[in-house]
Amino acid sequence: MRALLSQSINLYAASLLIVSFAMISQRRILSLVHLYTTQGATLVLATATVAYLTNQPHLFYSAAITLALKVVLIPILLHRVIDRLDVRWDVETLINIPTTMLIGIVLVVFAFNLALPISQLSSSIARSTLGIALACVLLSFMMMIVRSKAIPQVIGFLAMENGLFFAATSATNGMPMIVELGIALDVLVGALILGVFMFQIREQFDSLDISHLEKLREE
Amino acid sequence: MLPATFPLFLTLLLPVAGGVVLGLYGHRDKGPELNAAFSAATLAAALWLTAEVVFGTSVLGFGERFFIDPLNAFLVALTALVGFTTSIFSMPYMRIEREHGKMTGPRMRLFHSMYQLFIAMMLVALTTNNLGVLWVAMEAATLTTVLLVSVYRTPASLEAAWKYFILCGVGIAQALFGTMLLYLAADRVIGGGEGALLWTHLAAVKEQLEPNILALAFVFLMLGYGTKVGLVPVHNWLPDAHAEGPTPISAVLSGLLLNVALYAILRCKVLADGAMTNGLPGRMMIGFGILSVVVAAFFLFRQRDVKRMFAYSSIEHMGLMTFAFGLGGPIANFAGLLHMTVHSLTKSAIFFAVGHATQRAGSQVMDEIRGLLQASPTLGWGLTIGSLAILGMPPFGVFASEFLILTSAMRQLPWATPVLLLSLAVAFAAVFGRVQAMVFGDTNLAATTHRPALFPVFLHLGLTLMLGLFVPPFLGQWYRQAAALIGG
Amino acid sequence: MSVAGIVAQLLEIALALAAAPLLVGWVDQWRARLQNKSAPPLLQSYRVLRKLFHKESVVADSATMLFRIAPYVKFGCMTLICAIVPTLSTDLPLATAADAIALVGLLALARTFLALAAMDIGTAFGTMGARRDMLVGFLAEPALLMTLFSASLITRSTSLANMVESIAHRPFALEPSLAFAGIAFTMVSLAENARVPVDNPATHLELTMIHEALILEYSGRHLAMMEWAAALKLFAYSCIGLALFFPWGLAQSGTPLAMIIAMPVLIFKLAIGGVALALIETVSAKMRIFRVPEFLATAFLLAVIGLLVHQLLES
Repeated sequence: MRALLSQSINLYAASLLIVSFAMISQRRILSLVHLYTTQGATLVLATATVAYLTNQPHLFYSAAITLALKVVLIPILLHRVIDRLDVRWDVETLINIPTTMLIGIVLVVFAFNLALPISQLSSSIARSTLGIALACVLLSFMMMIVRSKAIPQVIGFLAMENGLFFAATSATNGMPMIVELGIALDVLVGALILGVFMFQIREQFDSLDISHLEKLREE
Repeated sequence: MLPATFPLFLTLLLPVAGGVVLGLYGHRDKGPELNAAFSAATLAAALWLTAEVVFGTSVLGFGERFFIDPLNAFLVALTALVGFTTSIFSMPYMRIEREHGKMTGPRMRLFHSMYQLFIAMMLVALTTNNLGVLWVAMEAATLTTVLLVSVYRTPASLEAAWKYFILCGVGIAQALFGTMLLYLAADRVIGGGEGALLWTHLAAVKEQLEPNILALAFVFLMLGYGTKVGLVPVHNWLPDAHAEGPTPISAVLSGLLLNVALYAILRCKVLADGAMTNGLPGRMMIGFGILSVVVAAFFLFRQRDVKRMFAYSSIEHMGLMTFAFGLGGPIANFAGLLHMTVHSLTKSAIFFAVGHATQRAGSQVMDEIRGLLQASPTLGWGLTIGSLAILGMPPFGVFASEFLILTSAMRQLPWATPVLLLSLAVAFAAVFGRVQAMVFGDTNLAATTHRPALFPVFLHLGLTLMLGLFVPPFLGQWYRQAAALIGG
Repeated sequence: MSVAGIVAQLLEIALALAAAPLLVGWVDQWRARLQNKSAPPLLQSYRVLRKLFHKESVVADSATMLFRIAPYVKFGCMTLICAIVPTLSTDLPLATAADAIALVGLLALARTFLALAAMDIGTAFGTMGARRDMLVGFLAEPALLMTLFSASLITRSTSLANMVESIAHRPFALEPSLAFAGIAFTMVSLAENARVPVDNPATHLELTMIHEALILEYSGRHLAMMEWAAALKLFAYSCIGLALFFPWGLAQSGTPLAMIIAMPVLIFKLAIGGVALALIETVSAKMRIFRVPEFLATAFLLAVIGLLVHQLLES
């Protein structure tokens, strides 16, 4: 049973990677939010499994907080913002999707290489998944760069946070409780502020196209 | 007798309480006065705390969760002081903005409460012993100011705030990864749990930490916190945020937040230097520092907006400080700490003067501000003296610290000295030419309904002058102790 | 080269030739049922083949030798593929001569001949179909190779028979890399067999055709060979997929009597696979041509990720 659970962590990690790739190839904003929710749910499962296998009750609390925040609260917030702002489609990306995916593969290889020496030094149960966590972070970062609308950038930012959280779980069996609480609080406040921002941007520019926000250049 | 941690408790509690109270009453007529009152109380508590550390020993509070030693004690005092004087400056300034229609009641509430919370978060970041909590506080400090940068709701300010949020958010995510790697390294040596992220514990075992992990951790931490310091090439948010936000925010961003971010890097550098023997952290800091100084100096020429220009000046000076701390050694560290102090005081003084000038001219474009001396001699002289001070004119404090930095560079890294000198000269030419154009000649400025608060300007400039001429012995001792702590 | 091996080999070839049209019929039937239409009878494909064999083959005047031999080449390649894929047993004499890379090579050979033959006549639709088919093949081939490489990395061999034996003998483990390779393989087989969402096999609008456009000019026995070869291709792909990802029930070398169990197990697995294919065809919409590269790029990506994940997590 325990062996199966250990392998399931690998499965969760691989699913996270797939979700990250799916995010960069998505065109529709609603699917992005659903993918983010899936990512959060996978994260909860992975954290809970690690908590069970390493007998660390504080990771269970951490998983519960992640569930409440990233699977329930933030997706509700995002749905609310999308509904009120009435955005459905985002067809434009700066580079086309097959090229994005190929760059994504390069990033994944880079991340795996970077993480290899660290995961050898770690003593955590999920240490081999550190490369995947780092790859998720880099992929979300790329998603933020190639998208030209505000909401995919926000979701990329939140997905990057997810990747970092998974990296913490895989490298060190989670961080101390107080730090994780603080991070969760920051994420929540950050999401709220971003929500407020959407409205301000929409009010000012009548669209959520980020290219409107590129007027401040060096003279 | 009160426990030693009581002033610490007060210092942290007062701004938080201020944030809550002003969140409810900040829009009232006496809102700005209330803001200043809370800041004054915080200053008193901070001075009490600093006195305890300086004349006593380092304070370790609340079960080792907070730690004040000479390095952050003076930063705490500086933060509280600049916070107080900026709140005095913002009293008439924000009133005038409200009359011009750029601020409304709810926005005043937001401004005042976020201001207090911002000070609170910076104080938490400075006094905490837990590197994870340091990260949380830095992120929280960013979040409190994001909405403030966009408070005028112009397209440019929205863009500046968005850039600020996203770029700093990405940077700080890297810092989180770096913190995690530190936790990993600590876990191997002293076990996990909350104690593993306490700086005092880590500093005690820093030689035993794994060098590979620390190297990677420091790179991420440098990139992450370096974004908040404004080091080139991750500085893009800084000029926009300074130019588009209200001037009190520009003053505290330049004067305080950049310092706190640099402090975070310093704490990590101590750990990294202990673990690694190849001097990589120092060399990275020297590299980023020189790059920032050179790039900022050349960008100074192209600016037409006065606050953007002084924002680039901040980038230049932070680069200089980073360079100094990268060099290491007692003199360079002393110089860096002195520079942190005087830059903070001088730059905020400049922003105070600039703020009032732009208010009277109705624009931030330098070509549209003329004849400051004629319109208001105190304002004109304040700006002139402030610019001269920040550009390194003797006998002000900036000259003393720059001199020390350059002499240390000449001894340890000779090739850097001409580069730095050239950049400083370029900066002088760029800034002073502009300031001259703004200050002399016939004026086009209107009068304002409230008297500008010029007392903070002259207080800061006076302190800078004093530090340039004569560093009081207890202050000098303090700096030397902190410099020894940073080591290198 | 045991007697059991030769028997298994011949049995496999015979089974493939006989059952391939039945598989196509099964998929058609289920697709009709799922779409609430009345289903054609199961043996319809056989009837079509018999009708076509009795008809005269009309060949254009401008056709060369290539046009005439292409159907036979394709049929031969597909039969050979069915012979080397372990469907009933892994003890196949021909298997030692061919491995996964040769498999892909055979598919490429068939595709080349078909495309050239379609352009041979000189009609617009033939050339268009040839171009499109080459586009799909160009992108599908690397994806297929990557999938096979994933499997061969896990089993440390590129010979199909060895691969299947290794996978069948492994203890049950959750292996994400095999899961990714499986999904990638499904996507590639949908593309190569001209199924929705890449190509609609039941379309009669020439502008939307990919595979159908290639065989537009054929009639009579040539068309019969083409249809049969297409059925064999579907059969082969299904068997490859089953052999790599669900190999339980295959007879190993040294247990020839297990073939008696292997046959019904294979039929059962193919039946489920057929229903799954019909389900995928029903719930998907046909993609526009310019989206096909994205689809195949995703398949390629999944296969590469499977490889990388295997390297990272399981080595």
